[in-house]
Amino acid sequence: MHPLLTRPRQLGLYLLAWFPLAGILVYLLAEPGALSWGEATAITGPLCLAYAFVCLAAWYPCRATPLEKSGFVKLLLTHLTAAVLLSTLWLQMAKGLSVGLMRWGGFPGLDQRLAKYIPLLWVTGVLLYVLSVTFHYVLLAEQASREAQERALQARVLARDAELKALRAQVNPHFLFNCLHSVSALTSSDAGKAREMCILLADFLRTTLRLGGKETITLEEELALVRGYLAIEKVRFGVRLHMEEDVQKQTMETLIPPLLLQPLVENAIRHGIANLPEGGVIRLSAQEKANVVSIVVENSFDPDSPAPLKTGLGLDNIRQRLDTRYGLEASISVHTEGNRFQVSLRLPAQQNGAVA
Amino acid sequence: MSGMMDKKIRAVIVDDEELARQMLREFLSAHQEIEIAAECANGFEAVKTVTELKPDLIFLDIQMPKLDGFEVLELIGTDRAVVFVTAYDEYAIRAFDIHAVDYLLKPFSAERFETALQRAQQRLGGKLPAPTELSSSARSPAQPLERIVVRDGTRVFIIPVAKLDYAEAQDDYVALATEGKKHLKQQTISSLESALDPSRFLRIHRSYIVNLEKVTKVEPYSKDNHMVVLSNGTQLPVSRSGYARLREFLDQTRAK
Repeated sequence: MHPLLTRPRQLGLYLLAWFPLAGILVYLLAEPGALSWGEATAITGPLCLAYAFVCLAAWYPCRATPLEKSGFVKLLLTHLTAAVLLSTLWLQMAKGLSVGLMRWGGFPGLDQRLAKYIPLLWVTGVLLYVLSVTFHYVLLAEQASREAQERALQARVLARDAELKALRAQVNPHFLFNCLHSVSALTSSDAGKAREMCILLADFLRTTLRLGGKETITLEEELALVRGYLAIEKVRFGVRLHMEEDVQKQTMETLIPPLLLQPLVENAIRHGIANLPEGGVIRLSAQEKANVVSIVVENSFDPDSPAPLKTGLGLDNIRQRLDTRYGLEASISVHTEGNRFQVSLRLPAQQNGAVA
Repeated sequence: MSGMMDKKIRAVIVDDEELARQMLREFLSAHQEIEIAAECANGFEAVKTVTELKPDLIFLDIQMPKLDGFEVLELIGTDRAVVFVTAYDEYAIRAFDIHAVDYLLKPFSAERFETALQRAQQRLGGKLPAPTELSSSARSPAQPLERIVVRDGTRVFIIPVAKLDYAEAQDDYVALATEGKKHLKQQTISSLESALDPSRFLRIHRSYIVNLEKVTKVEPYSKDNHMVVLSNGTQLPVSRSGYARLREFLDQTRAK
């Protein structure tokens, strides 16, 4: 269905635009003198009204041959064929109308007098169709841009939702409870350490709130957050927690959605290190190759411990956030080998100033 | 009263975090009547230590490496006072189901700890409830069993249910057949059946539960009876009602 037919207001405007065109045609027909002004108006009025609707058919070939995707020859052939066909149809309508007007409207000899305007009418029909094609391409472009705007808006809403969800899941209450318990234990044995832990925790929470509100942050900022988180967990886990970092310098400025890595590192502790009596290593690496940044979070885990259900949810959340932001340009994959668990992220190497 | 208390209460602390153990040590140091017999940093150690030392009182963390707190209790029984110490509140109902003395949420105050200790002392002074069967009462039915823990002396075996071939009832025990070995566990076959995932395990006989993934053939055995053959060649008898259940299962799988 043509979009104008469902919007009466716009249809009205469209028909209104035909009035001057019809006026010109009346002038062209009546001015040479063969037709009276009355005759010219009587024939042009219904003819233009009918053709206004016939020209709406241009919407279909216009939609089938989008300007930016179709070659010039194809465009020309399509619309020329349509123009000739519709104009011929229009001519037949004009002839029929003139006969009708002659018989029942009291305009004797009208069809003969109109006959010498046939070429003029035919050319006008073609031109009017071409005008309609132009109009429809404008209409389609407007529609496409509105759809693109809606999509962009939706993507933003989704991204915001994902961030919020991530934030909510972010500060795991059990992490806080365990932390506070450590602080509580330290107050009598090592007051200085207890104070240090309070400050670490406050820094971490503050950074989480600050970064979580941003659209993107640099990998360096995210790494600082992760280090703060690990410093707290180090107090709890002591020698059981080892950390290795292998981050290429040029990746530090890469822009990523905030709190992308912290949940991965939290999982690495919760489902990896926490299940190992002797502890283990968390390895974080980032490399750039051909404008793609690969970030890998790897940890030791106990293959005998039951598969954690919650990791899946955390990963789904990250996958969804990458999807809304980068589409097919980013990916996340999980890999286990022996007692190593590995999550790999690949995303475009966008940096400040280089992004749209 | 104090004359009667010449024997100290022996306690074991089980927590994988050093700071958490330190906290309990500190709170307990104010109590002369309690002696810390040992500290354990994971579930395996806890089973070994408790079996050897037979303490009166255990402070038990839930989230730990190797075995969680509930699995530890399943292996050592509940014939001693247990105080759970954890940051997670969602296990409280399970904990009281198995007659835990108390459930301390981290972080806790010295006063709250005193209350827990008083409860433990009252429990130890009175009669302890009979050991309950843990695997059935402590596990929520919504979550089928993923692994079975078995103790042999101080050694602990963890059997992922996927590796279990079949279970056979032997008086008060079940024999769990896995990878060519059999492990004995004090449990009834019915309680094991109810804990296992019914879409993966089937009671084919009064005395047998079979892992359906391991079944390769169902054969007639005598006029009225059938047997199943497992992938490792083991043959198990199928009772008449077991055969009906097996047929129903096979029909359902085929329908899919």
